[in-house]
Order: sequence, then C-alpha cells, then structure tokens
Amino acid sequence: MLGPQSSLVMYDEEYKRIMTLIEKLLRESNSNVIFLVDKNGQLIAATGETEHLDTTSLASLTAGNIAATGGLAKLIGEKEFSILFHEGEKDNIHISIIGGRVILVVIFDQRSSLGLVRLRVKKASIELGVILEDLVRKTEIHDEAPGVDSPFAEITDDDIDNLFN
Amino acid sequence: MSFINYASREINCKIVYYGPGLCGKTTNLQYIYNKTAQDAKGKMISLATETERTLFFDFLPLALGEIRGFKTRFHLYTVPGQVFYDASRKLILKGVDGVVFVADSQEERLDANIESMENLKDNLEEQGFQLEKLPFIIQYNKRDLPNCTPIEELRKLLNPNGVPDLEACAATGEGTFETLKAVAKQVLIDLKKGS
Repeated sequence: MLGPQSSLVMYDEEYKRIMTLIEKLLRESNSNVIFLVDKNGQLIAATGETEHLDTTSLASLTAGNIAATGGLAKLIGEKEFSILFHEGEKDNIHISIIGGRVILVVIFDQRSSLGLVRLRVKKASIELGVILEDLVRKTEIHDEAPGVDSPFAEITDDDIDNLFN
Repeated sequence: MSFINYASREINCKIVYYGPGLCGKTTNLQYIYNKTAQDAKGKMISLATETERTLFFDFLPLALGEIRGFKTRFHLYTVPGQVFYDASRKLILKGVDGVVFVADSQEERLDANIESMENLKDNLEEQGFQLEKLPFIIQYNKRDLPNCTPIEELRKLLNPNGVPDLEACAATGEGTFETLKAVAKQVLIDLKKGS
C-alpha cells in the first residue's frame, strides 16, 4: 500500500493503464465524469465531460471531504468511511477510497443509477488497486537507485530563480 | 508529499500557511491570487464562515513555469487559525511539502503566535513530520502597524533555530511573493535532494 508520506510518482505506462481502466468504467457505469485524486488533493487522472469542470478545485475539495469524513470516522472508532455518496437534483457524486491512498470520484446523472455505479466501481477498484501496487513497486525500485535519470538531480538555483521572473 | 507525474511531465507540491487567527494567512493568498497572471492560477477556494473567517481551508493552485521540462505547480493552502479548529488544521497538514508560519507582529498577539507555533509542531509530529526537517519559512506580518513587537524579540521567541524569515505586510502585498519564493525554493531544493 502507498504510505501516506511517500511521494507519489506516476509513470507513462501506469498512467495509460489507469486511463484505459477509468475510460472503461465511464462507459460501463454510464457516468459523466470520472477522476482519480491523491489523498493530498493532487489530481492524478480524469476522463469524461471535464471541459467545463474545474478539476483542480474538485480534486482539492474531494481530498478535503475525504479528510474531514476520515476525521469523523476516527471520532466514532471507525478506520475510515471508504464510500461517500452525494445526491443532487441532477448530478450525483460517488466517492470511494482505493488502496488507502487514492480516491476514485464518479459523477453521474439520471442516465445511470447508484446501484450500477457501485457495482462497476467495486469491480474497477480491484483492477485499479493492482495498478497502484505496481506503481508503488516501481517507485521503490526507483528510490533504491536515486539520481538515476532523475530530472531533478540537476536543478540549479538559476532554474528556481527563473520560475519567479 | 509531492506528486511527480512523468506522464504529463508535472511536479505538484503542497504548501501550507499556518499561524494564529487573524494573522493574515488568507490575506497572503488573496494578494498572490490578485497579482498572478490569469493563465498561471486556478480558482481560489475559500471555505469560510459568513464573517469570512476560514472554516476549513483556502486553496490556491499556481503554475509557476517549467523546470527541466516539468511544469511546476504549487498548491497553496491555509489552515483555520482559531484555536478550536484544531481537528481541521491536522487534516490540512497531511502530505505537506513546505510550511509558512505567518506571525502576527502586534504585541497583544505574541502569546497567540507562540501557542500556534507549538500547535504546528505538535500537529506535524502527529503526522510523523519534524518541523526541523521540512522546508519552513517564518513571515513576520503586519510590520506596518504601530504596536509591533521588535523583530529581534519575535526572532528569539519564534525562530530559535534560525530558519529563513522575513518581514511582510500582506494587506499591501509587501513580502508576500518573497515568502512564497523562499518556501518554493526550499521545497524544490528538497526535491532535488530526495531525487
């Protein structure tokens, strides 16, 4: 499982596998938008009708939401609430935690149903968990050989100063 | 912690502004938001009460530019400063890459600053962090006010380890970008060390 304090690293191969998986989930669950967020609020991947959505804000608020409900869970002696559901007049949001660290968000309307979304999310979560495990293993191997092809080892003070000019 | 995305060639880092109630954390973010070019910022979100006191957090995503072909994004968060929102403060510190402590320079807020600094250390320890090991900047805010504690005294009480610190007046913007730059620089240097 991804530790809460290890840096999350995403590679091309896993990113493509994740995108394929959430695109399939989007079709099979008849939903409008799906996105994947790190528990710290970083957007990992998104698919569906995202053009008119502020996905960065959605990611941050989803993580805040999960953090707040996680706090509530602990107060009553639960480890976490692994599924959250918000029902609106037209759109609904289904949020679930995968592998303890990543949050899967599904936005859907009347063309789908909570039952269908839950069913498809459950199946996809298992596959997503496998990809995330692979990602952790890859990151660990990378961490054991620090500096190898890392783009950050070469950062200079000038690079950093240039960001602010 | 930071999120490095090789697929989209992005680095994402989280910076948290901490400090006692009404010290100017939200004002820091608002100034940065107002003075940043449209294409470099996302929407600023404030989860605040009706009287504009921060209830959960403020959030401002910034895209600073590229380093070695990687887009560098910083997500700035503030915590609610009021003492009784401690549970929320702990949540926002999760996964933090760098901390800015905004101190209120007014004499009557000296105790509140010290209490908030202790609270920051406690809450970080609870998350398994040590303040000494994190990128950390102290900003002495509200230096324009007449009833300010002298800098030397603030330093002695709040900055015994001599971390980088600077003076500011967030309401007029003085020192806000310098603070952000200082913490961002430390975060990136940290990333370099860890890479």
